[in-house]
Amino acid sequence: MNDTNKLIWRRGAAAAWPICLGYFPIGLALGVLAQKAGLPWWAVAMMSVMVFAGSAQFICVAMIAAGATTPAIILTTFVVNLRHVLMSSALAIYLKGVNRKFLAVYAYGVTDESFAVNLTRFREGQWDRWRALIVNHVANSVWILATVCGALAGQFVPQGALGIDYALTGMFICLLVFQLQGGIYIITGMLAAAFSIFWFLLIPGDSYIVGASMSAATIGYLLKRLYRRDN
Amino acid sequence: MSFGDYLILFGGMGLVTYLPRSLPLLYLAHKRMPQWLIDWLGLIPVAILSALLAPSLFTDAATRSLAFGKLELLVAVPTLIFALKTRSLGGTVLVGMLLYWLGGIV
Repeated sequence: MNDTNKLIWRRGAAAAWPICLGYFPIGLALGVLAQKAGLPWWAVAMMSVMVFAGSAQFICVAMIAAGATTPAIILTTFVVNLRHVLMSSALAIYLKGVNRKFLAVYAYGVTDESFAVNLTRFREGQWDRWRALIVNHVANSVWILATVCGALAGQFVPQGALGIDYALTGMFICLLVFQLQGGIYIITGMLAAAFSIFWFLLIPGDSYIVGASMSAATIGYLLKRLYRRDN
Repeated sequence: MSFGDYLILFGGMGLVTYLPRSLPLLYLAHKRMPQWLIDWLGLIPVAILSALLAPSLFTDAATRSLAFGKLELLVAVPTLIFALKTRSLGGTVLVGMLLYWLGGIV
């Protein structure tokens, strides 16, 4: 590896660490639950490699434990992960004209967390697709490792140690701050917060993420146009 | 369940997870996007982050009801202020964790 490669690796891995800190306890918890639901450790590894989607994997384990059928679990996974359509579309702005082979590999690692970290970095500039790809794959490796550790030895880890359950919340709060680049962003964020709370309270399931963010972005966009026309 | 059963289940789950992640990227990265779409997508990150965060701070997930006194919310206030002042991702994560940990002990 030459110096530039090393630097790219280091930057990518450094950007990934808050994600890893958050993934580890969640992955452990998933592994423990999976083991309790009767999944062998190799099945947990297989799931984390083939699916790599935290919330869908939790739901899958719960559904296996409840005796759900395979088609029902797959359909639920599809619905839960539809929100990634939005994230992958937003990332496309920064991956314009990149070859399809790269994009096909990159898409595998698009999660809520890697999306938020990479998009923020892309927007600030000084970020490139290779560093972004490293973020995805470092996060993925930690996820696989954590879920397998959980399946093998998770019952020995104390609950809530060192406030680590708050790592992803803390990360999202800071990434949200990075996104607030003007009045229209603040308004959109507040609308999305209010919509998501009411949507979450009124409608069962996970549709609140997609529903609230699309509604808020649409209103924000319309407000921005209205404001532009007035000036 | 046998190895084959798991393979079918996780293969199916993997496929329906991968397609929503890959198709927009493969399609949109090679297309001229209209300006309104770029503007709209520019507001999506802030909206998604808010929508991911707000229910976890302001509601009780088990009962799906409003909750204003959760430790998650109390810790979020100083964490947010720290993020606004320092703009440090790593520092914010650590401050949030520390406060959440201390809050759990008190």
